[in-house]
Amino acid sequence: MDLTGFPILSVIIFLPLAAGLLILVMPATKTGWVNGLATTVGAVDLVLALLLYFSYDQVAAGYQFIEKMPWVPQLGISYHVGVDGFSLPMVILGALVVLCGALVSWNVDDRPREFFAFLMFLGTSILGVFASLDLFQLFFFFEIAVFPKYLMIVLWGYPKTRNYGGMKLTIYLFVGSMMALFGVLVIYFKSGLNTFDLLALDQVSFAPELQRWLFPFVFLGFAILGGIFPFHSWAPDGHVAAPTAVSMMLAGVEMKVGAFAALRAGIMLLPEGAQYWQTAILILATINVVYGALIALVQTDFKYVIGFSSVSHMGLVLIGMATLTKQGLLGAGMQMFSHGIMTALFFAIVGMVYDRAHTRELSALGGLGRKMPWAAFGFIVAGLVSMGMPGFSGFTAEFPIFVGAWQVAPWVAIIGILGVIVTAGYILLVIRRVFFGELPPALEKVSDVSRKDKFVIALLSSLMVALGIFPALLSDLISTGVAYILALVGAG
Amino acid sequence: METNITLMLNAILPEIALALTAALVLAIDLIFHHKKLPHRLLGTLSAAGVMVSFIRVLITANGAEPQLIWGGMLRIDPTSTLFSCIFLAAALLTILLAMENERFGNKAEFYILLLVSTLGLCLMAGAADMILLYLAMETATLPLFILAGFMNLEKKAVEAGLKYLLFGAGTSAVMLYGFSLLYGFSGQTHIAGLGAALADAGNLPFVVGVLMVVVGFGFKIAAVPFHFWSPDVYEGAPAIVAGFLSTASKAAGFAVLLRFMSAFLPVQTATWTTIAMVLAALSMTAGNLLALTQKNFKRMLAYSSIAQAGYILVGVASGGQLGASAVIYYLVVYLFANVAAFAVAGVVARATGSEEISALQGLDKRNRGLALVLLVSLLSLAGIPPFGGFVAKLLVFNAAVQGNLAWLAALGVANAVVGLFYYLTVLRVAYTHPEGEVEKLKLPAFVTVVLVICVIGIIVTGVLIAPLLGWTNLAAGALHP
Repeated sequence: MDLTGFPILSVIIFLPLAAGLLILVMPATKTGWVNGLATTVGAVDLVLALLLYFSYDQVAAGYQFIEKMPWVPQLGISYHVGVDGFSLPMVILGALVVLCGALVSWNVDDRPREFFAFLMFLGTSILGVFASLDLFQLFFFFEIAVFPKYLMIVLWGYPKTRNYGGMKLTIYLFVGSMMALFGVLVIYFKSGLNTFDLLALDQVSFAPELQRWLFPFVFLGFAILGGIFPFHSWAPDGHVAAPTAVSMMLAGVEMKVGAFAALRAGIMLLPEGAQYWQTAILILATINVVYGALIALVQTDFKYVIGFSSVSHMGLVLIGMATLTKQGLLGAGMQMFSHGIMTALFFAIVGMVYDRAHTRELSALGGLGRKMPWAAFGFIVAGLVSMGMPGFSGFTAEFPIFVGAWQVAPWVAIIGILGVIVTAGYILLVIRRVFFGELPPALEKVSDVSRKDKFVIALLSSLMVALGIFPALLSDLISTGVAYILALVGAG
Repeated sequence: METNITLMLNAILPEIALALTAALVLAIDLIFHHKKLPHRLLGTLSAAGVMVSFIRVLITANGAEPQLIWGGMLRIDPTSTLFSCIFLAAALLTILLAMENERFGNKAEFYILLLVSTLGLCLMAGAADMILLYLAMETATLPLFILAGFMNLEKKAVEAGLKYLLFGAGTSAVMLYGFSLLYGFSGQTHIAGLGAALADAGNLPFVVGVLMVVVGFGFKIAAVPFHFWSPDVYEGAPAIVAGFLSTASKAAGFAVLLRFMSAFLPVQTATWTTIAMVLAALSMTAGNLLALTQKNFKRMLAYSSIAQAGYILVGVASGGQLGASAVIYYLVVYLFANVAAFAVAGVVARATGSEEISALQGLDKRNRGLALVLLVSLLSLAGIPPFGGFVAKLLVFNAAVQGNLAWLAALGVANAVVGLFYYLTVLRVAYTHPEGEVEKLKLPAFVTVVLVICVIGIIVTGVLIAPLLGWTNLAAGALHP
C-alpha cells in the first residue's frame, strides 16, 4: 500500500493524545462515550500499526515512514519520527496493549474520564518513544509518562500499597531518567554537531574514554525502566499496586520502552562503551533472570508472581542486547514483543480473577478453571510462552538469545537456562493453585469473564501461538533492524 | 536636543504609563473616597494601564537598536524589554486575581503599590548605572513591604511585612555599601565596564565589593543563604502577593545579576562563576530538602521557589549567552507556573479556611478544572514534559554541561528527583477524596481567565519552544555584545 504523504506515524502517536484531551472535556454522565472512544482509538491505532507492518519495505530496510520538521532549530531539535525493523514491532505492541488495556478497563467507575485520559497520554508517550529519531524528542516522550503512571497507580491502584508502590516506581524511574538526561546532554555537547538527530549522532565516533564513563549513565538510566538488577524492585511493587490496565501497560510496554531506549541511546550511540561494559551487563541481566524467577517461586500473592516474572524475562531481553550479536539482538527484539503480549495477558487475567474472587492470595484460590475457562486457557497459553515451550512465541524468542549468549559467554547461557527451568516451576505451580484443584466455597459464586475479556484473551493468545509457529512473521522484519544496529556496533 | 528628549521620553513610555495609572487610581480614590465606586473599577483601570504599558513594550521589542538614554542611566535593549514583559505580565495577572478578592479587591492602595513596584522592577531591568539601580530597587521593594503585610489585621501578615522590611533594609544597606566600594575603586557608577575599570585594582576590592552587592541580589532572588525571609513572608502575605514576589521580583533580581555579571566579562568571570555556583548548589539542595517537610502549602511553595532559584542560578553560573538565555527562558516559564500555583493556593485557602496541604484534599471533586491547573503548574515546576518547566530545566542543565559545570548539572538532576517527590505528594492529596461530601468550589471569572492564561503559557513554552527561545537568545545576546 502506498502511504506516501500520509503522516501515519504522527497519527498513530497523537491520536491517543487527542482522544485523551477530548475525554477530559466530555460530560461526566457519558461514561460509555469515554470507554468507547478510548477503545476505538486503541483499535484504530492497531489497524494503522498493522498497515505499517504490511507497507514496510523489508528489502529496502532502514528507517521508513520518516517525517521530519524543525522543532527547535536553535538547538538542532527536530520533530523526527520513523520506524525500522526493530522499532516497528514495538509500535504494534504499544497499540495492541493500549487497545487491550482499554478493553479490560470498562469496569472502572471512579473518575473514568481521568482514568482513560491518562491511559491515552501514556499511550502517546510509549508510541512516541518507539518512533523517535531525535534524542530530545525521545526523552520528551519518555518523560511524559511520569505523571499518568503515578496518578493512575495512586488513584486507582490497590489501596493497601498504592501510595508506596506508586511513589517508589516514580522515584526509581525518575532517578533513572535524570541519569539518562545527564548522559544525553553530554552526548549532545561532545558530538559537536549541535543536533539531537539520532541518525546523525549514530555516525559520530565518540572518544573511547568518554564512551566508557558515559555509557553507564545513559544505558543504566534507561535500563532501570527495563527492570535491570539491582534497580528492579520498583517493578513488582509498582505492577502490583497498579490497576490492571496500568500493570499491563507497565510490564507489557513500559519496560520495553526502557530496554528500547537503553539500546537506542546507550548501545547504539556509545558502542565502545557497550563493549567495555558488556560483561557487567551480562552479569546483572543473568542475575535478573535467575533471581527474578526464584523470587517469583516463593510468592504467595498471585500478582507478585507475575510481577517478578517480568523482572526475570526482561533479564533475557537485556542479555540478548548485551551479547551484541545477530542472534542475541534478534532474540531481544522477539522477546520484547512476545513478553509484551504475554505479560499483558497475564496481568489482564490476574485482574479478571481478582475482580471476581476479591483476593490474590494463592492459598485462597483454586479450581477457577471450571468457573472461568477462558481465563484458564489464556493463562496456560501465556504460561507456556513464559516457559519457552516450542510452538509458542517464547521459544522463538528465547532460543536465539541463548544462541547469542553461547557465542559470547557460555556461562550466561547455562545459568540462564537454569532460570528458565525455575520459570517452568513457578508457572506450573501457579496454574495448578489457581485454576485446578478444589474450588474454595467462598468462590462458588464466581462468574465467568466478560465478552470483552474473552476478546482480549483470544487476541493475545492467538498472536502468541501464531508467532510460535510462524516466527518469520516477525523475525525477518526484526533482522533488518538488527543489521543496522550491528553495523553501528561493528561486531558480528 | 529637543528631539533627543522626545526620543528618550518615548523610550520610557511604558514606565510613564505605569506612573500615570498609579496617579489616576490614587486621584480617583481620593476624590470619590466616601462614595461607593463600581465594583472592579480600580482593578480594571490598573489592568488597562498595565496593558497599555505591555503593548508599548512589545512594540519596542521588535528590532529596536539597543540605546543608552538619560545620560547613560537607562539601557533599553532586548534584555530590558523582555524582562519588562515578564514584570508587566506578572502585574497584570496579579491585578486580575486581586479584582476578585473581596478583602482587597476594592482597595486603591493595593493597585497603586503594585503599579509603583512594577515600575521599579522595569527600571531595574534597564538600569545601566549603580545609582539608578539602587533607586529602582528601592522603588520596587518598598511597596512590596507594605503589600506583604497587607492583611494588617492578621498577626502572620504583620510579621511577614515586618520581617521582609527588616531583611530588605539590612541587605539593601550592605548592597549600597558594596556599590560605594565599587565606585570608590573604579571611579565610575556605570555598570558596564566596571570589570575593565577594576582590572588593575587587584582582587581584594573587587571581591569585597562584589560579595556585598551579591547580598542584595541574593535577597531579591531568595537564594540560600539570603532566603530566611521568604518562607515566613510567603506564608503571611496574601497568596497573590506571594505569587508576584516569587516571580516578578525574583526575575528582577536575576536581571540585575545577569547585567552585573556581564559587566565584569571577561576579566573576573571566575569569581562570579564561583559565587553563582555556590549559591546554586546551596539553594537547590536546601530548598528542596526543606520543602519536603512542609505541611503548609504556601510554605512549601516558598521552599520550592528557593529551589527553583537554585536551578536558575545554575544557568547564571554557566555563563555565556547559552546560560543567560536559559535563565530568561526559565523565568518566563516559572512566572506562569508559580502564579498559577499561588492562585490555586489562595482560592483553596479562602474556600476552606486552611492553608495546609491537607486542605487540598478532594480538590478535583470540588473543582475539577482547578485540580488540573494545579497538576499542570506543579508538574511544570517539577520539570515534566510537555510542560515548560521541562524545557527550562533542560536548557539550564544543558548550559551547565556546555560551560564545563557537569557536576552542577548532575547535582541539579539529583535535586529534580527530590522536587518531584513533594510536588507529586501534593498532587496525590489533591486527587484523594476525603470521607463524605465536599462543597463545590466556584471560580470567579477573572481567576479562571488568569488560570487559563497560565496553563496556556506553560504548555506553549513546553511544546512550541522555538519562538520564546529565539527571543531569549536575542535578549541574552544583548547582554554579551
